[in-house]
Amino acid sequence: MSKIQTTFLRLKSENKKALIPFITAGDPHPDMTVKMLHALVESGADMIEVGIPFSDPMADGPVIQRASERALANNVGIKKTIQLVNEFRKKDTKTPIILMGYANPIEAIGIEHFVDLIRDADVDGVITVDYPPEESKDFVALLKKHEIDSIFLLSPTTEDNRISLIVEQATGFLYYVSLKGVTGSANIDINQVTKRVKNIKKYSDLPVAVGFGVKDAETAKQVALISDAVVIGSRIINEVENSNQEDLLENIRNLMSEMKRNIS
Amino acid sequence: MQAYDLPDAFGHFGQFGGTFVAETLVEALDELRDMYDKFKDDPDFLSEFHHDLKHFVGRPSPIYFAERLTNQIGGAKIFLKREDLNHTGAHKVNNTVGQALLAKKMGKPRVIAETGAGQHGVATATIAARLGLDCVVYMGSEDIKRQSPNVYRMKLLGAKVVPVESGSKTLKDALNEALRDWVTNVSDTFYIIGTVAGPHPYPMMVRDFNSVVGKECKTQMPDLAGSQPDAILACVGGGSNAMGIFYPYIDDKNVRLIGVEAAGEGVETGRHAAPLTSNSPIGVLHGNRTYLMQNEEGQIIDTHSVSAGLDYPGVGPEHAWLKDSGRAEYVAVTDDDALKAFHNLCLIEGIIPALETSHALAYAEKLAATMAKDKIILVNLSGRGDKDINTVAGLAGLTL
Repeated sequence: MSKIQTTFLRLKSENKKALIPFITAGDPHPDMTVKMLHALVESGADMIEVGIPFSDPMADGPVIQRASERALANNVGIKKTIQLVNEFRKKDTKTPIILMGYANPIEAIGIEHFVDLIRDADVDGVITVDYPPEESKDFVALLKKHEIDSIFLLSPTTEDNRISLIVEQATGFLYYVSLKGVTGSANIDINQVTKRVKNIKKYSDLPVAVGFGVKDAETAKQVALISDAVVIGSRIINEVENSNQEDLLENIRNLMSEMKRNIS
Repeated sequence: MQAYDLPDAFGHFGQFGGTFVAETLVEALDELRDMYDKFKDDPDFLSEFHHDLKHFVGRPSPIYFAERLTNQIGGAKIFLKREDLNHTGAHKVNNTVGQALLAKKMGKPRVIAETGAGQHGVATATIAARLGLDCVVYMGSEDIKRQSPNVYRMKLLGAKVVPVESGSKTLKDALNEALRDWVTNVSDTFYIIGTVAGPHPYPMMVRDFNSVVGKECKTQMPDLAGSQPDAILACVGGGSNAMGIFYPYIDDKNVRLIGVEAAGEGVETGRHAAPLTSNSPIGVLHGNRTYLMQNEEGQIIDTHSVSAGLDYPGVGPEHAWLKDSGRAEYVAVTDDDALKAFHNLCLIEGIIPALETSHALAYAEKLAATMAKDKIILVNLSGRGDKDINTVAGLAGLTL
């Protein structure tokens, strides 16, 4: 059983919801990434999504695009991202790490090589934004072989027949994109999300995480009531952009603690 | 011999093409594919399409024998397919007329587009005005600087032009931004992609709408030249004008198909936009798998070309397939050689070609010189160069 699955089981038995922050590896600086990961765990993260920087992040809004640009300016790409996870693993072997990125960097280094590297770094799951199930069968099979979870996105436009297709391939959890749009865009419609999550649950016993528009603690609270996990992305990158380097870790801790209080 | 029938039902040309998009777009693409399947052979749809091509665009476009150019080179006869004479000045309008009609059939009140040189943006704004659709065009801020006449043209036609400041601020970034818009406004918006790239069904659909160019050539060439051409040349950025003229000839194996990419400052310098000629690796961008200019970790690298319309790191997946299968050949022409061909055509034939098209003309001159006088080269004169006069003047140190 993967660390993602055991984490969800434990939280369920405690009647708690998972808090899943997102940061882009190498942003604002590669020296900060591992410290930020530890700070996130200390302040309440149950698992962490680590973004692999990409030059053309089509599904991301301006905030996460800028994070990618800063990381690339620091020469952090896919290999360095995995190295940073390796660094983090020296002190933390428990917290699940999920890599989130786009297909091209993965294919550029080769899917077999990528899976070897992330298995060695003890990565627990992968989200590939532009790999729908139809185009990623080989990749998913390879991840499965190494017991790494394949996490798929479901969107407000995903119809029921596709939900069944996706849940067949998905492991770990399902990621519901709470709005039509890019990361960090407009506010979410909680009633709509509630309906959608309920519908997804009809097709799968996998936990459902909700992300893409959770901007404040109040939204996080509402989302936690109707799902199994809350993903916070652009809101954390806002802290990265607006903090002095010496305050960054503290600001992230404060934000996470507030989110954690609201979803527990 | 089996007739050419790609792509398959999933949009694959061999290992190329496909549908690599975020989940939010999958349903929209399925809907588009179904609607296109429904209308592409529908007699009413086709008669509307051809009516607009005739009366609004001005088709068929003529083929012109460039006799003075031919005599200057002293080799094969050079014929020009005059897509520059279309309404809006390039082949791009063929596709926008088709897609906008489809948008209307689907009940989408808003269309969006990306543009590099501005030709596709102008063509989209034009047809949107004609059909009463809202129109937003995304354009890299670098390209806005290079192509200011086209920016103003789009505004005159009622379109909103949104400058894109991310990444390299060129065509690829405009495409990213248009995709982001589409994800957000997917229910009321039709995305009119301007080239044979993007996720399935776009590469196929854009090719089909532009294939009117090659179909006309097939009937015009025997009348005018006494036979079909020995070689067909077209410039390739994403590759829509090339696919438009190549496609009806794919099964005519004795006709050479030659795509001309932008070598920029030279393929060997790395400052170019020639993924096929430079043997770039295969990758995934903008919804399809194709040859892609990228570094060893899969980051898309900056491209360079004097022509904004060729300044793209990838190439339509069907071109990737045609290269691998050996059916088409791909070469590259530098900025300098394209500019020479640009000036030459102005002076010797009285035609100002687009800088994009000038790449194909430069290679035509080179190739004609190696061929016998009874051989025939057909160049797709994909666009007119009025939009480029500021760029060309700038290179000569002039400000207009």
